[in-house]
Amino acid sequence: MLKYDIVVVGGGPAGLAAAIEAKKNGVDNILVIERDRELGGILQQCIHNGFGLHVFKEELTGPEYAEKFIVELKEMGIEYKLDTMVLEIGEERVISAINTEDGFMSIKAGAIILSMGCRERTRGAISIPGYRPAGVFTAGTAQRFVNMEGYMVGKKVVILGSGDIGLIMARRMTLEGAQVLAVAELMPFSGGLTRNIVQCLEDYDIPLYLSHTLMEIKGKDRVEGVVIAEVDKNRKPIKGTEKYYDCDTLLLSVGLIPENEISKNAGIKLDPITSGPIVNESMETSIEGVFACGNVVHVHDLVDFVTAESKRAGKNAARYIKKEIKCEGKIAKTEPGDGIRYIVPHMVRPENVDGTLDLSMRVDNVYKDMNMIVKLNGKEIKRMKKKHLAPGEMESVKIKKEDLVFKEDTVITVHLEKEEA
Amino acid sequence: MEKHQLICIVCPMGCHLEVTKENSEYNVTGNKCPRGEKYGVKELTNPTRVVTTTVKIKDGLLNRLPVKTKEAIPKEKLFDCMKFIDSIEVKSPVCVGDIIAKDILGTGVDLVAARSM
Repeated sequence: MLKYDIVVVGGGPAGLAAAIEAKKNGVDNILVIERDRELGGILQQCIHNGFGLHVFKEELTGPEYAEKFIVELKEMGIEYKLDTMVLEIGEERVISAINTEDGFMSIKAGAIILSMGCRERTRGAISIPGYRPAGVFTAGTAQRFVNMEGYMVGKKVVILGSGDIGLIMARRMTLEGAQVLAVAELMPFSGGLTRNIVQCLEDYDIPLYLSHTLMEIKGKDRVEGVVIAEVDKNRKPIKGTEKYYDCDTLLLSVGLIPENEISKNAGIKLDPITSGPIVNESMETSIEGVFACGNVVHVHDLVDFVTAESKRAGKNAARYIKKEIKCEGKIAKTEPGDGIRYIVPHMVRPENVDGTLDLSMRVDNVYKDMNMIVKLNGKEIKRMKKKHLAPGEMESVKIKKEDLVFKEDTVITVHLEKEEA
Repeated sequence: MEKHQLICIVCPMGCHLEVTKENSEYNVTGNKCPRGEKYGVKELTNPTRVVTTTVKIKDGLLNRLPVKTKEAIPKEKLFDCMKFIDSIEVKSPVCVGDIIAKDILGTGVDLVAARSM
């Protein structure tokens, strides 16, 4: 059986940052397992720029951002295996993995870091009825075809969903000579970053239809057209509002789901809202010594935030190996209040907080001029003014360690309150 | 006085800017950083964008090599730029930051590789 101090499952931005940080914190024996043919994960297909503003203070493309970490990882001599699939995480942190060179492997890990990222919701996930003609892609699949493999996926395109990948593909397809007829979004607000609506749709006069959904895909062998209709406030289509678009391609950008099949089978507790593991301040899951970071925990909108979170996981996995993490003592729960959908981490042990506690969260609607209030056992410890809040833009709160005075059954809540005029 | 509502695209914060023009003087409010102020004025006087796309690559791990313009180029030259880039083919190995084409369309901006391959 192979033996490593830390095994990182997934060689995307989260796994790379976690592995590098673990090594910097004194753990030498690290293995990164990646199922793709190269490191870097989905960043390799995200050739647009806007990455790295927080981490590197410059605007990089996805591949550039990935390469910085890949080079660092290689220079540090961290081991990695490509084209390798992790099948299972068993008892006592024994990982089963397989590839064509080594065959089946059992790997005993001192600590595990889960960084499998997320995957796109597909046509099946949103139950679009009808025939299965060619020309229906998830936005990310189309991105991979166009940006890496060199295949154009269509000429006349309609995009369903206004997630960031959909918006970015609207621009990408347009630049590559396709005609993007419309982007339809079920919700009354976009799921993507505001800046992407501006620079991907408005720049190219692509119409965005909010509160709209797809009614029908026409065509049997290849998409021939789609029907879009407006929905009412219960998200039910309104009769008579149907619009027909003559197109050959439908791209779906209808959300991402953390990829947690391995976590689930290992018995790790998941949060039904994020679909990711329940984690504590150290990014440790419900199984001791198994950490998680990045989009496998909750879907981030910026890779910079993934990197920050993954560094925390890497550092704490190293601390775990060195037995520096305190497991006893008081534990607080975090609880989303009015206007907040979820908070990560879910649990906090103040002894292990390093300087500040970073809470990441998403709001449940679009809000203007609100106060974001953090309370500890009902007592306000922080208040921030927010001019604009949207579900597509992750919020974060930093709490100083000295403010974390815990009693039994401590609860940290965050909620929104209308700012008094 | 002219008033414009813009959303800053310099970083993912997406600040809601209000740019007012009075006697050819621009005044930007709503920005959280100095780059937002610069963007607000530039967007109304000379809008520019960085182009990120791919070129054909031979003997590489993949069929396409991601490239970007080193600086932003005028927005109206976007499609001409894409057309020009379409004609380029490079051969592996390429290093990140290598210049793929110099001074695209007389903009003074170089096209560089966005990854090694």
